[in-house]
Amino acid sequence: MNKRTTGPAIEAEGLTRSFGKTRALAGMDLQVPAGTVYGLLGPNGAGKTTAVRVLATLLRPDGGRARVFGHDVVAEADKVRARVSLTGQYASIDEDLTGVENLVLLARLLGLRKPAARERAEQLLAAFGLTEAGDRQVKKYSGGMRRRIDIAASILNTPDLLFLDEPTTGLDPRSRNQVWEIVRAVVSHGTTVLLTTQYLDEADQLAGRIAVVDHGRVIAEGTPGELKSSVGSGTVHLRLRDAAQRSDAEKVLQAALGVPVQLEADPLALTARVVGEGNDLAATEQAARALADLSRAGIVVDDFSLGQPSLDEVFLALTDHPAVPADERDEELEAAR
Amino acid sequence: MSNAATTTGRAPSVYVPSAEALATVLAPGDRPARPSALGASLTFGWRALLKIKHVPEQLFDVTAFPIIMVLMFTYLFGGALADSPRAYLQFFLPGIMVTSVVMITMYTGIGLNTDIEKGIFDRFRTLPVWRPAALVGMIFGDVLRYVLAAVVILGVGLVLGFRPDGGLMGVAAGIGLLVIFSFAFSWVWTFFGLVLRSEKSVMGVSMMVLFPLTFLSNVFVEPSTMPGWLQAFVKANPITHLVAAVRAAMAGESDATNTMWLLLWSAGFVVVFGTLTMYRYNRR
Repeated sequence: MNKRTTGPAIEAEGLTRSFGKTRALAGMDLQVPAGTVYGLLGPNGAGKTTAVRVLATLLRPDGGRARVFGHDVVAEADKVRARVSLTGQYASIDEDLTGVENLVLLARLLGLRKPAARERAEQLLAAFGLTEAGDRQVKKYSGGMRRRIDIAASILNTPDLLFLDEPTTGLDPRSRNQVWEIVRAVVSHGTTVLLTTQYLDEADQLAGRIAVVDHGRVIAEGTPGELKSSVGSGTVHLRLRDAAQRSDAEKVLQAALGVPVQLEADPLALTARVVGEGNDLAATEQAARALADLSRAGIVVDDFSLGQPSLDEVFLALTDHPAVPADERDEELEAAR
Repeated sequence: MSNAATTTGRAPSVYVPSAEALATVLAPGDRPARPSALGASLTFGWRALLKIKHVPEQLFDVTAFPIIMVLMFTYLFGGALADSPRAYLQFFLPGIMVTSVVMITMYTGIGLNTDIEKGIFDRFRTLPVWRPAALVGMIFGDVLRYVLAAVVILGVGLVLGFRPDGGLMGVAAGIGLLVIFSFAFSWVWTFFGLVLRSEKSVMGVSMMVLFPLTFLSNVFVEPSTMPGWLQAFVKANPITHLVAAVRAAMAGESDATNTMWLLLWSAGFVVVFGTLTMYRYNRR
């Protein structure tokens, strides 16, 4: 699938980096295969941004080593830079300049002559639906447009590895879907994408493999399916019509799912985690059976949903502590400069 | 001023990413050769020009500020220090030109600090170009501002009665020396712009350095009237050499000693602070 690269895109061993008292990276190991989307999943302050900055040659690690396409990120930074691109969490675009000017500037810096740079800029704007906005200053763009011009700038040189640091944070659902489509297109053309996100949903949608990051370390790694089954495929939420039926419903559910059922503060509501392990049936199958059992028992269910485990649930399961957003990130960004 | 709304004025048609359109831009083309060091620096210089085009307000400091400086000091000191403001101006104009332009160099540090704050330098630093290019280009843009400020001051001076004996060539040579020094001196501010955390602290440090440096010199009065310890400082001050050299050039003379000192100082600033700046820029 990917002719441009052989071997892993990223290999990192024991990366450490501290900012004052904060240990942003505490021995991070990563193996990112080429030609896929790889997700770094974790809450704010987990060390995702620091990891990306080290791998993109913006920050030197205190310890450990990392190679991108076989080149050391410290000793051979220039060789790494020739093959990667970064779309940071904050605009890596000049807001005072227009969309066209930004792209032409970067194209020229990548060595294109003026007419070719101009042509490339026009092409990119067209592909990203920004032709009309091309002559407007980027500061007048909407959030979604800004993200798009930022990503367009990052693929000017069709990089072999693209870093996307929380590409959809703060975007509305439609813009988020657009970004997802773009990421899929980018990876289908052979570019490896390292994506950081706080949303399991996003990692699940896009990534071939996910590393869950907490306190500067990878605490779990695998395909989305593997991760989810280790945590449980999801949670069943039920709302009954009659509160008096709740204890019956609890017994039925427990029998059907074989897991403890939780009674919520709302007297009509129950939840239960569907565990994938030790059960051959898919979560939906189990939930469907449970629902059938309930109806056979004469229990009226008004509302039913099967949700994916949230990032919180994944975290709870993996670390025994919830994914509390630490306030470290600001510190990290502050110190990163 | 146009209505600077934060979002687009009209509702744009909904963008649907099309696989074909993306395929055309994603097809890996030939990698063009890396631009030369000068080419990359000039491209960054072009960025500085575009910023001036889009935010012309930023020229306020190189136009209004120098005009105020010339008018204020000419009429404040002119009568007391010379026979008349007009007579004082013959001595004073090259000095105030140096003071104003050297003070303007601090905006290099402030601009860099703001750029880094916004994140744009993250992209520049991941580009495979000659490393100092982004900073050199930025200073190229600033050089244009220095020339503009110098010309504005010269214009005001001519209106007020400044008559340089050196003529056009002498004046051009004087401005040339000033620009060389200012280019070199800007590297002091790129360093502080990288090291200090906020725009405000850059401004604070700049002022603390610039005020003594420009005032404790031969800009306003002849150093012979000062106490000995101060004369020693004034003599060593690079601004003194610069002012003496610029004055001589504009008067149609040449001051080889001061010109040499000024060029040595300039080289020193580039070597020392250019190196420090690049060290900080690479290692973060």
